[in-house]
Amino acid sequence: MVQYKETHLDASFAALSDPTRRGILERLGRADASITELAGRFQMTLTGMKKHIGVLEQTGLVTTEKTGRVRTCKLGPRRLEEEVAWIESYRQLWHARFDELDKIVDELKGRERFDERTKRK
Amino acid sequence: MNERRGSEKTPVNYATTVKRKSERELVITRTFNAPARIVFEAWTKPELIKRWWTPKSFGISFISCEADARTGGTYRFVFSHPDFEQPMAFFGKYIEVTPHSRIVWTNEESADGALTTVTFEENGGKTLLVLHELYPAKQALDDAIASGSPNAAPEQFELLDEILATLVS
Repeated sequence: MVQYKETHLDASFAALSDPTRRGILERLGRADASITELAGRFQMTLTGMKKHIGVLEQTGLVTTEKTGRVRTCKLGPRRLEEEVAWIESYRQLWHARFDELDKIVDELKGRERFDERTKRK
Repeated sequence: MNERRGSEKTPVNYATTVKRKSERELVITRTFNAPARIVFEAWTKPELIKRWWTPKSFGISFISCEADARTGGTYRFVFSHPDFEQPMAFFGKYIEVTPHSRIVWTNEESADGALTTVTFEENGGKTLLVLHELYPAKQALDDAIASGSPNAAPEQFELLDEILATLVS
């Protein structure tokens, strides 16, 4: 039985800051793979690969299952794709709002400067 | 980035970041090239809110915008969108309004509405705006995410890379 830790997107992003780990996810997106296969694919030691998988597993992005002597890795249950897409669309909404807000802020700044100048006269 | 300094006229585009800080929290940040009192004004006067809250590129527009931005005051925003026959109403109460530094309001259009806190932090004539949404439960934020993602991108990893560039730097 695989244990899923409580995870946050922050942890996912930290986990994904590494190009190898992103590569592993892309690879697992196509098919499940054993740690040995992944180590071979990414030309690293078993220990190195285990470490990467450990990080991904902690965030819930990847789960592993041991059958006999082989540990198989697969994409985790988290709906990362959905969450990332939603956050990105939400970011775009705020980004668009803030662009408009910039214009208003500039206008108010201009007005303030004008008021100061006229006050001084 | 130092060469930007001194050339005040070049518009600087500050990044908007959105992070899921925890199971129940979202945090949005953005810097504005203006003192806090000015940014605060644009967040509290309905005639100004009206001009930026519904960006044209999103197809939403205000039908009405009422905001009594004082502690204990209420707000009610009504929008229209071409895809929806009925207008959408967003409303709640200002729990705290501290001039130029902090606004806290409820979102009461649904039971799962977040508590929103916006803070304005001025530094060297610029203002860092932090918008914090606290959802009543993990499920509320998960549901918001699940319902609001009509076209989950197939090119997830490209998207991830883009977001990573803004978040992990």
